[in-house]
Amino acid sequence: MQLDARSPSGPLSEKWDRCKMDMRLVNPANKRKYHVLVVGTGLAGASCAASLAELGYNVSTFCYQDSPRRAHSIAAQGGINAAKNYRNDGDSVERLFTDTIKGGDYRSREANVYRLAQVSRNIIDQCVAQGVPFAREYGGQLDNRSFGGAQVSRTFYCRGQTGQQLLLGAYASLNRQIAQGRVKSHPRHEMLDVVLVNGVAKGIIVRDMVTGQIERHSGDAVVLATGGYGPVFYLSTNAKGCNVTATFRAYKRGALFANPCFTQIHPTCIPVTGDYQSKLTLMSESLRNDGRIWVPKSNGARKPDTITESERDYFLERKYPSYGNLAPRDISSRAAKEVCDNGLGVGEGGRGVYLDFADAIKRLGEDAIRERYGNLFDMYAHITGENPYRVPMRIYPAVHYCMGGLWVDYRLMSNLPGLFVLGEANFSDHGANRLGASALMQGLADGYFVAPYTITDYLAGVKPGVGTEGGEFAEAEARVGSHMKRLQDTKGKVSAQVFHRELGKMVWDHCGMARNRAGLEGMLRSIPTLRERFWREVSVPATAGGMNQALEYAGRVADFIDFAEVLATDALTREESCGAHFREEYQTEDGEAKRNDADYSFVSAWGYNGENQAPVLTREALQYEFVKPSVRSYK
Amino acid sequence: MKLHLKVWRQSGPQDKGRFELHTIDGVSSDMSFLEMLDVLNDRLLAQGKSPIAFDHDCREGICGSCSMMINGRAHGPTRGTTCQTYMRNFHDGQTVVIEPWRARAFPVMCDLVVDRSAFDRIQQAGGYVSVNTGGAQDGNCLPVPKDDAERAMDAAQCIGCGACVAACKNASAMLFVAAKVSHLGLLPQGQPERAGRVLAMVAKMDEEGFGNCTNQYECEAVCPKSIPADFIARMNRDHLGSSLIPSE
Amino acid sequence: MMTCAHPLCSSIVRKGIVGLTGALMIVFVLGHMTGNLLIFLPPEAINSYAEFLHEAGHGALIWLSRLGLLTIFAVHIGLTISLKYENKKARPIAYATHQPLASNWASRHMLLTGLVVMLFVVYHLLHFTAGVTDHSADWRRPIGGPGRPHLLDVHSMVVNGFQNPYIASFYIVCQIVLGMHLWHGGSSLFQSLGINRGFWKRITAWAGPVVAVVVVVGNCSIPIAIQARFIQCHADIEMKKAEIDSKNGKLPRLWSPANGGSASASQPH
Repeated sequence: MQLDARSPSGPLSEKWDRCKMDMRLVNPANKRKYHVLVVGTGLAGASCAASLAELGYNVSTFCYQDSPRRAHSIAAQGGINAAKNYRNDGDSVERLFTDTIKGGDYRSREANVYRLAQVSRNIIDQCVAQGVPFAREYGGQLDNRSFGGAQVSRTFYCRGQTGQQLLLGAYASLNRQIAQGRVKSHPRHEMLDVVLVNGVAKGIIVRDMVTGQIERHSGDAVVLATGGYGPVFYLSTNAKGCNVTATFRAYKRGALFANPCFTQIHPTCIPVTGDYQSKLTLMSESLRNDGRIWVPKSNGARKPDTITESERDYFLERKYPSYGNLAPRDISSRAAKEVCDNGLGVGEGGRGVYLDFADAIKRLGEDAIRERYGNLFDMYAHITGENPYRVPMRIYPAVHYCMGGLWVDYRLMSNLPGLFVLGEANFSDHGANRLGASALMQGLADGYFVAPYTITDYLAGVKPGVGTEGGEFAEAEARVGSHMKRLQDTKGKVSAQVFHRELGKMVWDHCGMARNRAGLEGMLRSIPTLRERFWREVSVPATAGGMNQALEYAGRVADFIDFAEVLATDALTREESCGAHFREEYQTEDGEAKRNDADYSFVSAWGYNGENQAPVLTREALQYEFVKPSVRSYK
Repeated sequence: MKLHLKVWRQSGPQDKGRFELHTIDGVSSDMSFLEMLDVLNDRLLAQGKSPIAFDHDCREGICGSCSMMINGRAHGPTRGTTCQTYMRNFHDGQTVVIEPWRARAFPVMCDLVVDRSAFDRIQQAGGYVSVNTGGAQDGNCLPVPKDDAERAMDAAQCIGCGACVAACKNASAMLFVAAKVSHLGLLPQGQPERAGRVLAMVAKMDEEGFGNCTNQYECEAVCPKSIPADFIARMNRDHLGSSLIPSE
Repeated sequence: MMTCAHPLCSSIVRKGIVGLTGALMIVFVLGHMTGNLLIFLPPEAINSYAEFLHEAGHGALIWLSRLGLLTIFAVHIGLTISLKYENKKARPIAYATHQPLASNWASRHMLLTGLVVMLFVVYHLLHFTAGVTDHSADWRRPIGGPGRPHLLDVHSMVVNGFQNPYIASFYIVCQIVLGMHLWHGGSSLFQSLGINRGFWKRITAWAGPVVAVVVVVGNCSIPIAIQARFIQCHADIEMKKAEIDSKNGKLPRLWSPANGGSASASQPH
């Protein structure tokens, strides 16, 4: 298969404008004849649905949560980047572009990333206009902070709840359209299949999670904004409900899954305490602005305040003097893993490093720290029972974000015509590693400023109106029904969570911060056994009413098990270390990632090849016309 | 530790529902309350029984999904969401009563799951600034005094969990609506629609069947985000002003 | 639930009116109390005050006030009942256990304390205004002489009324109930009316408790002082003196119910 990214030609800074000029428009009077289905109501989904409805299209939104406002974008803490240069510190679209391409370790498309940097500025303006209460300075101007991987202050924030406020802004815009009748919202609906009519995405099959009814919905375009697949690791900073089902089922219908092995590990999470643990809590990376990361130079359980300055190893500052504690996520995470592997880790189980605010409190005072990070400190104290104003925090990396996702072209359309993929669900802009405060930027860029244009262009070439009566809908519905029946007929005695935990441990051990051939091959051998056991032993009891959370969960776990094979296959195939993907076989003598641009400067797009068959790889070569891939150095 | 759980079970909105007793042992004090329920559900599934349905998602106190009354207190014995309630706050042998939020406007759908879509409808009534995508002026063209921005943020951090309604003896949604009204009412962006917004959102709140405020501040005491009841006074002022002095 | 969708019928406006009428009644209660406390002065003080109330505006003021108070009272109670009805409906199924955190007994039982206060007011009116519950109103005789038909002996009426320990205790209990109502209501009304900025923010939380304590202490001081014989009926004293005088062969010197009230203490015979 030949993949055409449809990147426009011309100078980088003109590509998006040229593309917009080339795109077709839909007459205002005709817009209401079109119907767009948007699955997922996080930043990307809600902003896209609201923007499309404002243009005059009919939109239906679907989310598994009880309200669009609860999508997991809400949990993003730190901030959102924008190349505003309000600080006069030398920021520009070019610099944000360069930082993002470099941060992604040269595994993303130039044109996409440049567009992201360009529209980043509009996002802030849009969000301010919506009433997002960004932090302000005394003069009333927008405040900025610096963030991991950047040497300029370009991150806009709302205390430690930036994602929440941006999502509430998008949700408010969505609500306005719901009130006007342009958007029909379907909360507590889970997408279980994409319906293709003659190879074109024309609808979805969803399950009403309250009544248990399977429903068909048709549309002239389908937008998936269903987030990442982090919980394939079981423990992650994602919500419990985050899942791969929507994108994976689209994959099974023919959409390509790109770069699944690029999974980001966040360096600042609260360490694990026990095997009952259901999730890992992230402490915003912004903490690294003022906190210093260290471990004792020699092991032995000692209280941190008894360890003198000379006995401490501020390993990030030592190894990466120019970025220090603000080194990119993958580098910081691996550095933490390394010191813990060497037996220097702190806390129960030795999987933790200190994040110390003593210096910052001395320099700025406790009140200033409280103002900046108060809610994060409270959260930490609440969970661990320790006071971080007095005792250094303990942190450890955890799975956080998935750069991989469904393959999309420059216009955010997958290889299936009519199927658009936005936000974390696509693979597009972050390459092998995402910089802090860029996920919110990408979700909103896709939803507010890219998809409304590109979907319009697509719809301009489509005859509106499609019913749900076609054989394709019946077939998809039957497929979904039999899959669920199979789960319920298993009548085993083991909760899906048990399999999920087992899968997660396997993926974390072999496909986590560091990967190697033996581990990945072992994992690929173990997954079929796990799958077989799952389908024999899983317990999905029938319920008296329509609501059946065990059924929902088991369906997601089944998809995670299948998806883990694609993930491991991708990690195995990419024989280089780049960004978040660290293959132990490919490292420099001092333990740094060794990228292989000659052989691996491409996007791996995996295609479904039938049940129990290895996926098929299609490569999209990455062309670097404007930046020269260099060795990423944060020293 | 070992706990005796008295959990509300209800198969659907029409079912009358009843309490079910479960004893669970081996509970670790580092578990969150929801993790304790996960363990119980795993055991129920192992017996082929249907697990207890409850809303939960982010498990870090921000999505506002989790919603249960634990021993008569919304979200449990400590301030914060249920997912951020840790078992160290319970003791061995304790009986724990777990109920869904109870309000006419929040009908129970299954076990501990309630329908909070009334909150969405209140927001749809006016909880937005009418601005279309594109064409916004530069963000710094509109200076916002720092104190106003901070206070707006105090209100805006509401997670919409509904604990305020659950804890109020009148099942009133005043704290939620006040937070929403105040967030936009305190910012310059919210001024053009300010009067209409407060009237529409309060009218919707009344229509949805929430009770009224009797100024007892149970809402404030259980709010996981510590949103002060001052905002209710602010909304009262806003509403009284807007309804008594019609705009031109 | 709500039949009227007009903004002026909203829960907030109705609650605001409850607060406003409550505030007006607090002003009345404080004024009434201040007047009553004149009983600690010589009898002329309270009697002249009562005369003033009846005389002002050729008697119109008292009737206008009564009408106004009645309206305020009715609106306060009527709206409260409409709100309470909605509140009851808003939670059809009660919790098996419910742990209040911020409220107190007074704030949770406003309807109960309000009803007790209402019944008390009815009794109070029957007792001192209509004078049908005991004989204390018999003491409220005109003492003004020609041209001052409204100068009544309110002092003696009150003292005689509160000399009965049952009545005195009943009044004290009712004042405490009223105090509880005001404890919450006196602060709550500021919240309902949205008055919580700047200066007001500092006083609102204290307003209710302060008003409640002042009203309870002020109003209860009267029956207590009378029960403690700190205030005595001047008519009684004079009667006793008259008895002693008559035993000693002197003429009676003052008015008493026994002699038809035609004489006055200041008129020598």
